[in-house]
Amino acid sequence: MTDFILQPWPWWFSGPLIGSAVPLLYLLAGKGFGVSTSLQQLGALCSPGSKLAYLKNYDRRQGAWTLVLALGIAIGGFTGSHWLSAEPIEFLPARFFGVWGAIKLFIGGILIGFGARYAGGCTSGHAITGLANLNPPSLVATIFFFVGGLGVTWGLGHILF
Amino acid sequence: MATINKTTVTPTPTSTVETENKTTAQSSTSTADAAMVYATTLMVGTFLGILFTKSEVVRWQRINDMFLFQDSHLYLIIGSAVAVAMLGMFIIRKYKASDIYGQPIRYTPKPFQKGVILGGTTFGAGWAIAGACPGTIYAQLGSGVGLACFTGAGALAGMYLYALTKPHLPH
Repeated sequence: MTDFILQPWPWWFSGPLIGSAVPLLYLLAGKGFGVSTSLQQLGALCSPGSKLAYLKNYDRRQGAWTLVLALGIAIGGFTGSHWLSAEPIEFLPARFFGVWGAIKLFIGGILIGFGARYAGGCTSGHAITGLANLNPPSLVATIFFFVGGLGVTWGLGHILF
Repeated sequence: MATINKTTVTPTPTSTVETENKTTAQSSTSTADAAMVYATTLMVGTFLGILFTKSEVVRWQRINDMFLFQDSHLYLIIGSAVAVAMLGMFIIRKYKASDIYGQPIRYTPKPFQKGVILGGTTFGAGWAIAGACPGTIYAQLGSGVGLACFTGAGALAGMYLYALTKPHLPH
């Protein structure tokens, strides 16, 4: 049992539990599971005098929970990697430790932040919550998440990775 | 909460006092509700953070292996997560379940617009390059992965880029 917990968890254990977070968050907090709105929340909080409509018209109070969710995920990350793992988790391959690696992560981050907000959601809001609620635009979004990911991996992978 | 308001019908002085008392009680419960929302959100977030880490979806290599079709792990995780979430939402809809605060649970559908395609593709590219999505960036940061600061800073910069260019982008 302890051994099971300390090893990486199989998909049939972690996948269904991740999925259960969608109805759980609705039942316990009345919120729809989605992570990328927290970026908009952060932007709106960090630039209170912004003239950009996207940040100016954003309801910071209504969206405060998104940062609490993000904080929880960070705490969970710490718990999972420091207390529930027998061996250190290799988050990034060794070749990322350097200037070029940092630049790649930053560029990837820009695409993540820009794309997720432009699409109106990310893997959690569109692919998991959206699909679970049979929302057709979320299926389109999920398909194009893979179009972008597969395109970069197969088209530019030999240069980037 | 709505039922409390309905009970006070007769406009006698005593009932006015009663209404006032009830209003204060009501506002204090809604503050308690707000605190409860944050507490439960933090709990669900922690639950997810542990799952993201222990299922290894936080690992760059897992994302890369998924896009290279070398590993079914992530497809099975996403697939089973969607299936369970779908079942949960089906049950919630079927029994018209309310949340623990008595509010009806309603999914707000994300609308279709061109960004779903253009932004979706952009997001996917970033997912493959950085090997992370917004949820797992927070999990990496919490785990103390220093390099994740670059991914996180990039994501924030990307959000600002969208805020800046939104009026000029096709939607």
